[in-house]
Amino acid sequence: MAKRDYSLLGPDGALAVETGLAAAEWYHTDVPRKVMKDLMARRDGPALRDTVILYGCMIAFALGGIALWGSLWCIPFWLAYGVLYGSASDSRWHECGHGTAFKTPWMNNAVYEISSFMIMRNSATWRWSHARHHTDTYIVGRDPEIAIMRPPAFAKLVLNFFGIVDVMNFVPRILHNAFLGPTAEEKTFVPQSEWPKVQRVALIHVAIYAATIALAVLMGSVLPLMVIGLPRLFGAWHHVMTGLLQHGGLADNVVDHRLNSRTVYLNPVSRFIYWNMNYHVEHHMFPMVPYHALPRLHDIIKHDLPAPDRSIARAFSQMWPALRRQLANEEYFLRRDLPATAKPYREDFHKAALGEAIPAE
Amino acid sequence: MPQWIRACATDDIDEEDLIRFDHAGATYAIYHAPDGKFYATAGKCTHEDVHLCDGLVMGHLIECPKHNGQFDYRTGEAKRAPVCVNLRTFATRLDGGDVYIEVP
Ligand code: FES
Repeated sequence: MAKRDYSLLGPDGALAVETGLAAAEWYHTDVPRKVMKDLMARRDGPALRDTVILYGCMIAFALGGIALWGSLWCIPFWLAYGVLYGSASDSRWHECGHGTAFKTPWMNNAVYEISSFMIMRNSATWRWSHARHHTDTYIVGRDPEIAIMRPPAFAKLVLNFFGIVDVMNFVPRILHNAFLGPTAEEKTFVPQSEWPKVQRVALIHVAIYAATIALAVLMGSVLPLMVIGLPRLFGAWHHVMTGLLQHGGLADNVVDHRLNSRTVYLNPVSRFIYWNMNYHVEHHMFPMVPYHALPRLHDIIKHDLPAPDRSIARAFSQMWPALRRQLANEEYFLRRDLPATAKPYREDFHKAALGEAIPAE
Repeated sequence: MPQWIRACATDDIDEEDLIRFDHAGATYAIYHAPDGKFYATAGKCTHEDVHLCDGLVMGHLIECPKHNGQFDYRTGEAKRAPVCVNLRTFATRLDGGDVYIEVP
C-alpha cells in the first residue's frame, strides 16, 4: 500500500471522496429514542459547577504562584495552574465547541472563546476542523485532527507533551490568520463567510500575547508569561496523554467508531480535567450527548463496544507497542474484540470502502 | 403542483420532538412544538447529508445530531454553526387527528 498522505489537499483525501469513505454513514448502536432524548437533554448545572471550580482553582493557584515567586514553593502552584490552563482548556474548548456543555448558548460560547485562547487555537477555525473530524474521523486526507499519523513521529509526540509542536504550529498560523486570513488548507473546511472572523479572532489573540510580552519586558520578568502563554507548554502533558489515547494505534479509514476510537476508565481528577472525554467511542457515536451524561450512555451501550481499557497506564501499554509496530508497517493497527453481545464489525463494508481487507490482529 | 399529503397522526410525535417522514423520494422532518403546533422542514441538514430525525428539539430549535448545528424549524433559519444555509420549510395543517404537509 502507498504511503499515507495526510494533506487535506492531497490524493488520499480525493480518493476518500471518490470511494464514498468521506462523509459516509457511520455505525451507531441502537438506543431507544426516549432514552437518547433523555441523554441528550441540556443542563447548565453540571458545567456551571465545574467551571466555577476550574476558574476558582486557576485563580487560587496563580495567586499562590505569584505570591511565592522567587522561591521553590511556587513550583507546585505553577504546575497545578499549568495543567488546568494547558490541559483542562482542551476539554472545555471541545465540549463548548459542540455546544453541549451548557444549556445556555452564551455560556458555551464564552467558555469556548476563553478555552480556545488558552489552548492556542483560533476559535473560528477549529470549530470547523472539529466538525470535519466528526464527519471523517481518522479518514486519511480528510480529517484535519489526526494526532498520530503513520508512521508515528515519536520525537514530535514526546515534544508535544510539553506543547512544543503545537505552539510551533500555532505561532506562524495565528500570525498568518491575523495578517492574511485563513491558510489554503483551512479554506478547505472553513466556509468563506467565516474567513473574516478567522482573521478577527487571530488579531485579538495576537494583541493579547503582544500586550503580555510587552508587560514582561517592562517588568523585566517572565511572570506575566507564567500566567498567559507559557502554561500551554508546561501544562500540556495531561491533554496530550489523554488525547493520544482517543484514537492512537487504532484503525484509520473505517466508518465504525468502535474500530478507531478508545474508551478508557480514568481517575476522578483526570476525568474532571478531561471532562469525561475518556468515553470517546460514546462521544463519537453520539456527539449530542453532553459530557455529564457520557457515563450513563456508556452503561447503556457498553454491551456493543469493545471492553474499555481499565486505566491510562493499561491503555498506553497497549497503544505504545502498536505505534512502534506502525513504524515498520503502516498498515498495522490494534483491533479490539467485541463482546458476544455486540453487533459485529461490518468487514464487508470496510473492505469495499478500503478496496482491500482490514489486517486483523 | 403543490399538494397536501398526510404525514402522520398528531400523537405519533411527542411534544418537543420530531419524526422523519419520507414521501415520493424526498425526506421530511415533522415537528411537534412545545406550544402544541406542528411544523415541517426538509428532513436533512444543510451542512451535510444527515437526517435531522435523530436530533434534539429544544423549544423551537432543532439541533442536528452530527455537528450540533441548529435551525429554527418554524422558519428554517440557520442558528448555530456549522450550519450556514437555511433549512427549507413546508406548510402544515391539522385535520382531525392527522398532520398534513404541503409538498411541491
Ligand atoms: S451535518 Fe448537520 S451540523 Fe453538520
